Amino acid sequence: MPRDFLKDAKDKYDVIVIGSGLAGLTSANILGRAGYDVLLIEQHYKLGGMATWFKRPKGHIFDISLHGFPYGMYKSCRRYWNQEIADRIVPLRGVLFDNPQFTLKTTYDRESFTELLQSKFGVSQATVQQFFDTARGMNFYDDQQRTTKELIEEFFPGRNDITRLLMEPITYANGSTLEDPAITYGIVFSNFMSKGVYTFQGGTDLMIGLMKDELERNGVDVRINCSADRINTENGKVKSVTVNGRDITCRSVVSNANLLTTIFKMVGEEQFDKDYVDDAKAVRVNNSSTQVYMALGPDDYLDRDTGDLLFTSTAESFETDLLLSRDITSRTFSLYYPDTRPHDERKRHLIVSSTNARWEDWANLDDEAYEASKQDLIEDTLDALEKYVPNARERVVYSEAATPRTFQHYTQHVQGASFGTKFEGLAVSRGLPTQISGLYHAGSVGIIMSGWLGAINYGVIVSNEVDQLLMP
Amino acid sequence: MTPAEIRAAVIDILETIAPDEDLSNLDDAKEFRDQMELDSMDFLDIVMELRKRYRVQVPEEDYENLVSMASTVSYLEPKMAETPAE
Repeated sequence: MPRDFLKDAKDKYDVIVIGSGLAGLTSANILGRAGYDVLLIEQHYKLGGMATWFKRPKGHIFDISLHGFPYGMYKSCRRYWNQEIADRIVPLRGVLFDNPQFTLKTTYDRESFTELLQSKFGVSQATVQQFFDTARGMNFYDDQQRTTKELIEEFFPGRNDITRLLMEPITYANGSTLEDPAITYGIVFSNFMSKGVYTFQGGTDLMIGLMKDELERNGVDVRINCSADRINTENGKVKSVTVNGRDITCRSVVSNANLLTTIFKMVGEEQFDKDYVDDAKAVRVNNSSTQVYMALGPDDYLDRDTGDLLFTSTAESFETDLLLSRDITSRTFSLYYPDTRPHDERKRHLIVSSTNARWEDWANLDDEAYEASKQDLIEDTLDALEKYVPNARERVVYSEAATPRTFQHYTQHVQGASFGTKFEGLAVSRGLPTQISGLYHAGSVGIIMSGWLGAINYGVIVSNEVDQLLMP
Repeated sequence: MTPAEIRAAVIDILETIAPDEDLSNLDDAKEFRDQMELDSMDFLDIVMELRKRYRVQVPEEDYENLVSMASTVSYLEPKMAETPAE
C-alpha cells in the first residue's frame, strides 16, 4: 500500500494553505501564530518552492535562488518568522558587472551607484539624485502606462550603458524587462538600493528547516507529498480542498500555487464571472530560466575578490530579446564561498550560472535533442566562466543544468515560470476573494510581489485579509 | 479606552514593530513616516496588531487615517471607546 501522507490529518481546518513557497510558508506561519488551525500542503517532497536547494554525491549542495534579496528581508524575517532566522541575513558586497560597454565592481547600494554614475558615466549629481528620488517615490497605484524603458530614457537619454547598469540585476532578480511598467522597476530597484544585496548564511536548507521548526511551534500541520486536486466551493464560498483524493473541510484557502493553475485547474472557470475569467486569461506568465550548477573540487580555493554576483554579458548592447534568447550572451554567476555554510566542514566553492529563458525554446525538444541542448548549455557556460575562474573547465568537478522544463517539473508552474506573472496578474490575484469568498492567492505575481522578499510580504498581506475574514 | 490609553496602546505596538526606533520624542502632529523608518508593511503590522490585541478592524480604505499619532488616535477613539484598558 502506498504511504498515506495525510495520516492522522484532521477532517477540518480553519485554513488550508496550498503550496509551501515563501508566500505559502509565511501565510501559514502568521495564521498559525494567530491561533488558527492551519494545514499546509506541498506537492513536492521538500518545502520551499523556488527557495530550494539540492544535494549531489561527494558533498555538493547547490542553492537555486539564495543570492540575493534586499535588506527588507531582515525586518520581514524578524517580524513574521523569528530573530534566529533574521540574524542569519548577511550582506553580499562583491557585485561585478562585465560587458563590452563597461567593467566595474560595486556594493550595489545608493551610495556606490551615485558615485559610479558620476565618475564612470559622467552624469551630474543632481540627475542621479532625481532619478533615485523618483524611483523611491513610486507606489503600485501610480501610473501604469509608463514603461521602465521610458523612465530610464527620461533621466539618461540615449544611454544604453546606463540602462544596462540599472536593469541587468533587476532582470536577474525578478525577470522584469524594459517593457514592463516603470513602477515595478522603481519599487524593486529602490528596495535593493537602500542597503544593497543580502543572502542567508547557512544555506537555503537551513533557512527552510528553521521555518519548518517555527511552523511546528505555531501548531501548523505541515504535509509534504500532498497535492491539491481540487478546491471545492458551495454558494460562492470555499468549502473544502480535495487533497490526495481526500476531502478536507476548511473556512478559507490560501493558494500559493501558480495563479492560473489555481483558477483554471483547482477551482474551474465555471465558478467565476466571465469578466474575471477574461482578465485571468489575459494574464501573461513571466519567463522561465536556465541554470548551470558547477562545483569546484574539495581542495580547490576561489579568491573572495572574484565577487559574489557577476553580471556578465558578451552582447554589444542591452536588449530584452537578447536576454531571453536561446543564443545566450548574458549570464549571472552567483559564487557561493564556504561561508555560505560556515557549519559545513567540507568548505566547498560552488558556482551557479543563471539566464532568463523562454519555455517554448525548450518545451518541444525530443529527449535526445533536450539532453544535447543541456550539454551545450553546460559547455558554453564553462567557456564563459573561464574569464572569471581561471581554468574553470579543469577545476569544475561536477556540473548539471536546469531548464524551464526542470522548473516546471518541480514547481508545477505553468510554462516553468520562475518569476510568477507579469504586472496584470496582481489585480487578478487580489480579486480572487471577491469571486469566491474565503479563497485567496499569495505568491509571485505582478513582478513587485516576486522574489523572496516580495513573496514573503505578499503572504503577510493575504494573511491579514484571511484573519479579517475569520476573526470571530 | 481614553485617548491617552489608546495612544499608549499604539506606542506599545510601534515598539514591537520598530524596536530600533526611539519613540520618546514622537511628535503626535507629524506624520510617522517623517519621524521614523516605517514602510507600508509596518502600517499593515499596526493594523494586524490592533486586530489581534483589541479586536479592532481597520479596513484597507481607512489606512490613510494612520499617518500620524494624532490622526490614529482620533480615528480609533470611537472604535475603541468601549474597549477595556489592559
